[in-house]
Amino acid sequence: MSAAHLELSQVSIDFPTSQGMFRALNKIDLKINRGEFVSLIGHSGCGKSTVLNIVAGLYQATEGGVLLENREVTEPGPERAVVFQNHSLLPWLTAYENVELAVHQVFKGKKSKAEMKDWIEHNMKLVHMDHAMHKRPDQISGGMKQRVGIARALAMQPLVMLMDEPFGALDALTRAHLQDSLMEIHADLKNTVIMITHDVDEAVLLSDRIVMMTNGPSATIGEILPVDLPRPRDRLALADDARYNHYRHEVLKFLYEKQRKPD
Amino acid sequence: MNKNLSMPAFLTPVIKLFRGENPLAQLALMGRTLGLPLIGIAVFLVIWSLVAEQIHTSLGKFPGPVQVATQADSLYQEYERTQLKETAFYARQKERNAERMAKDPGYKPVIIPYTGQPTFFSQIGTSLFTVLSGFIIASLIAIPIGIAIGLSAGLYAAINPLIQLFRPVSPLAWLPLVTIVVSAAYVSNDPMFSKSYLVSMITVLLCCLWPTIINTAVGVAAVSQDLKNVSRVLRLGWWTHVRRIVLPSALPMMFTGLRLSLSIAWMVLIAAEMLAQNPGLGKFIWDQFQNGSSDSLSRIMVAVVVIGLIGFMLDRIMLLLQRWISWDKSAVLR
Repeated sequence: MSAAHLELSQVSIDFPTSQGMFRALNKIDLKINRGEFVSLIGHSGCGKSTVLNIVAGLYQATEGGVLLENREVTEPGPERAVVFQNHSLLPWLTAYENVELAVHQVFKGKKSKAEMKDWIEHNMKLVHMDHAMHKRPDQISGGMKQRVGIARALAMQPLVMLMDEPFGALDALTRAHLQDSLMEIHADLKNTVIMITHDVDEAVLLSDRIVMMTNGPSATIGEILPVDLPRPRDRLALADDARYNHYRHEVLKFLYEKQRKPD
Repeated sequence: MNKNLSMPAFLTPVIKLFRGENPLAQLALMGRTLGLPLIGIAVFLVIWSLVAEQIHTSLGKFPGPVQVATQADSLYQEYERTQLKETAFYARQKERNAERMAKDPGYKPVIIPYTGQPTFFSQIGTSLFTVLSGFIIASLIAIPIGIAIGLSAGLYAAINPLIQLFRPVSPLAWLPLVTIVVSAAYVSNDPMFSKSYLVSMITVLLCCLWPTIINTAVGVAAVSQDLKNVSRVLRLGWWTHVRRIVLPSALPMMFTGLRLSLSIAWMVLIAAEMLAQNPGLGKFIWDQFQNGSSDSLSRIMVAVVVIGLIGFMLDRIMLLLQRWISWDKSAVLR
C-alpha cells in the first residue's frame, strides 16, 4: 500500500518512428499528495505534456504505470479532469452548455436538474464567469475561454486536475489575473493539481513543488524543488522576497545551466 | 441572427436609400450590386441574338431571346387553358354525379381523374418531386455511411475503393440496369409509383450519393484531436459523442457534400427523364426534339433557362438551410 494520492512509478513511453522506437520518457517516479499543487517545468519538447497525457489516460505508458488512490489508470476519465492548453471548448455550445455537458455526464442520476443548474452556476462564479455564461466561445476573450475551461474541469469534481500550459496562450496581464483566480480556487477547494508550464514565475508562485524535467530523448525528472512559501501568496509582496527569488534562481539555474538547450 | 443574411445584397442599398442614408453612396453601391449584373445579362442577350441569327437549322433559325420569351408566354397560356379545362371537367362530373344521386340515392359517386396532356408546369412539378425524393433518400443513406467511415479508419479503408469505383459512373450507364431491375422487381397491380418515376429517381439516387458520403467522411475525420480528447476525458457515450461533437463540427463539410449532390442530382435527372420517359422536364425536351416543329427549339431553350433557374434556386435553398441549421451564423457561405 502506498500512501500517496497519485503515484507515477517507473513510467516510460516509446513512440514508433521511421528509425525504430523512440524513447520519449524514461523511468519517471513521482508521488503526489492530496491537495498538492505540482508544476512540471522543462524546455519545450522534453515530454511534459506526454507525462500529463499519461496521467490523463490519453496515452498508455509503455512501461510502468500510474496509480490514483491505489487504482491503476487505464483510460481517460472525469476524475482526472484536463484543462487543455487551447481551452478546447465546443464552439457550438455556450459557456454554460459546455460546462453542462461535463456536469450532465458526471452527475447523471446523482444530481437533480435543479442541483445540476446550481452546481454549474456555482462553478461559473468560482471562475468569475457568471456574467457571460450564456455566450459562445467566439464571443468571449481568450482569458475568459480558459476560465470556462477551468470551470468545466472543476465542475467534474476531479480527484486530480491536470492543466496543460493553461495560460500559455494568454497575454501577461490576463495570465496574472487567472493565476490569482487559480490560487483562490486552490485555497478554497484544496484540489490536487498538476500543471505544466514554461513560465518560471508562474511555477514558483503557484506550486508546492516544482518538478524539473531533463531534456529528451529519454527525458526524466532532473530535480524536484519544494517551494516553501506561506499561502496565501501575493505576487507583489513576493517580488522582493528573498526566498521567492532564491526559488526562482534555482529553477532558472536548472533550465539554463544544467539543462541548457544545445542550439 | 443577422437580418442581412436572408436578404439579397442588392436590396440593402435600396432600403438604405429609402431611409435617406447617404444617398450618393447608396446609389453607387446600387450601381455595383444591381447595375453590373444587369449589364452582364444585357450583353449576353445581345450576343445571343446576334449569334442566333447566324445559325440556320432544319427547323429554321436558332431562336433568339425574343422568340424564347414568346414561347415561354405561350407555354404559360397553354397551362392556363388546361387549368380551365380541368376545372370544367371536374365541375361537369360533380354536376352529373349530383343528378344521378338525386335519381338513385344508393349510387356511390365515382370521380374520374383528369387525364389531359401534361403542361410545362406540371412537368416542372414532376421533375422537382423526382429530384427531391431521390436526393432525400440518397442523403438518408449517404450521411450515416459518411459518418461511419469517417469515424472508423478501418471501415474507410474497406469501403473507399468501392466509392472511388462507383463515383465516376455516368447516369447513362446505370439507367439500363435500373430500368430492367425495376421492371422485374416492381410488379404490382395497383402501382403507387409509375415505373418511369422509379427509374429516374433511383438513377438520380445512385449518382448523387457520392459527394455527400465523401464530404461527410472528410468532415467527420477532421474533428479536432482536442475535442476528441474532451470527449474521452468526459467518457461520452458513442451516441452523445456523435451528436454533440462529431456532427456539429462536420456540418459545414456535410453541407458542401449535400450541395454538390443536389446539383449532380438535378443534372442527372434531366438525362434520366429523357430516357426513362418520366413526365418531367427531360421528357419535355425529348418530346420537343422528336416533335421538330418550328417552335421546338424555342421551347427547348425555355426549358434550358428554367432548368438553370431551378438549379440555382435549389442551391440557394440548401444554403439557407445550412444557415438555419449551422451554429456559426457569422461563417461566410457561398
